[in-house]
Amino acid sequence: MKSQTPRALIAFAALVYVLLVGPLIIVIGAALSDTTYLTFPPQGLTLRWFENIFEISAFRRTIVTSLELAFLATGLALLIGIPAAYALNRYRVRLPSWLSTVFVLPILVPEIVLGFSLLKSVAVGASLPIFLSLLIGHTLLVLPYCVRVISASLASFDFSIEEAAISLGSPPAKTFFTIVLPNVRSGVIAAFILAFITSINDVSTSLFLTGPGISTLPIQILAHVEQFFDPTIASVSVLLMFLTVGVMAVVERTLGLTFLTK
Amino acid sequence: MFKRFAGWMLASPATLVVALFLVLPVSLTIATTFGDQSGLFAPYLDFLDSGFRRTVLWRTLEVSLATTAISLVLGFLTAYVVSKAPGRLKSILIIAAVFPLLTGVVVRSFAWLIILGRNGILNNFLIGIGVTDEPFSMLYTEGSVIIAMVYLFTPLMILTVIGVLENIPEDLLQASASLGATPAATFRQVVFPLAVPGLIVGSVLVFTGSFTSYATPQLLGGERQMMMGTLMYQAAMVNFDWVSASTIAAIMVVITVSVVLAMTRIARRLNPMTT
Repeated sequence: MKSQTPRALIAFAALVYVLLVGPLIIVIGAALSDTTYLTFPPQGLTLRWFENIFEISAFRRTIVTSLELAFLATGLALLIGIPAAYALNRYRVRLPSWLSTVFVLPILVPEIVLGFSLLKSVAVGASLPIFLSLLIGHTLLVLPYCVRVISASLASFDFSIEEAAISLGSPPAKTFFTIVLPNVRSGVIAAFILAFITSINDVSTSLFLTGPGISTLPIQILAHVEQFFDPTIASVSVLLMFLTVGVMAVVERTLGLTFLTK
Repeated sequence: MFKRFAGWMLASPATLVVALFLVLPVSLTIATTFGDQSGLFAPYLDFLDSGFRRTVLWRTLEVSLATTAISLVLGFLTAYVVSKAPGRLKSILIIAAVFPLLTGVVVRSFAWLIILGRNGILNNFLIGIGVTDEPFSMLYTEGSVIIAMVYLFTPLMILTVIGVLENIPEDLLQASASLGATPAATFRQVVFPLAVPGLIVGSVLVFTGSFTSYATPQLLGGERQMMMGTLMYQAAMVNFDWVSASTIAAIMVVITVSVVLAMTRIARRLNPMTT
């Protein structure tokens, strides 16, 4: 016997959900409208605004830049984040307790402050190229997700299995790749996806690091909205939503989405 | 020998990256706001001296507090219903909360431009049902920024609170009921106190997120409703006044870090089991 949830409360929650999903449906509707201004419900249906995205070269370029950045930053963050997560769990007693706090810092420091500080020190101070500065910024931005999510799955890994393999003569590096890594695969996938989505959608850090000729998609969207108010932006938004749906389908297949609330 | 340093060796690349590209640059940014020739705290006094910048600071605090309070109520009640929902429906509801969260700030703020604009859905609707003949200007007000922020952060609150509610053992609720407590009493005396640490974590995330946001105030507040984030961008990239921008950055760091520290301390005191 479960206790009954009051009707009024259920109705309230239903209303909140309508308000959560509604605006996204409105964006989809606006993207399909046959008018040159943003409107909903759509006046006639067309897909030409989707074609328009790829005809505007600024969008083409920023989509490519954003994808490259997201893949590279996530890859780099995993490359340095997996060993760190492993060390934090495997050698916990030998490492100082503040070390795990280091990997929370990028979440604690406001993204916009990180972006500005990187502009001053890396982009201007060390005069690094724009793309490299963006890459550094995005790697930092996604590093906490990689370290923490993989750490969480390593926490339930029994390291005595690894020791057994090593004592049977398996070299440590080989043991890591054949025993440890496959056991935390779902954690790595989750980390990859969270990091990738975070990078693709980032505004605040990229804001300061984009420069002449190199921008990211969300920054380009912001700039476009301020000049033109046409359905192209709605259709770009729909593309980003499809990307999210695709990613969520992958998570659902591999892990089940409820892991996100744990 | 290897074992002694193995942990450090494996953790050092990531630690170095954070130290070199986060700790150092942010410290330098904050350091440049001190030790001006005109006095140690000159840039801060300068900031507080300007009526405009004081207004921006108050507005940012106001918008962030309002956003936190509203999404706290919406998120908590919704999360409670979701946590009680039967299995299949519960996963659908969780997915429906995760989806907006993964959709990106720009897209979600943009949705409210379509809704609240002069020729937006809300105005068309209000004219349609005869409430008004002239469209209202709803954009570029503090209200529109708060609405979009609440929209942005409520899913985050829902997910944070569901996580906590799910961890409350079912036995506890049954015990309360078997001792004669009404559902309302169980909610007030068992569920709510145990959910408080989750509500605090959620509030911290929402407050710091709103306080340091850029895209939403930029799109829905415009020049008129500047907030700390948009003010900082303008100082740095429009006026090229890096000392001002660094001062704003330092104020944001101090406020968000103090809120995080204060609230985690309170949360820990309320529930010694969460560390």
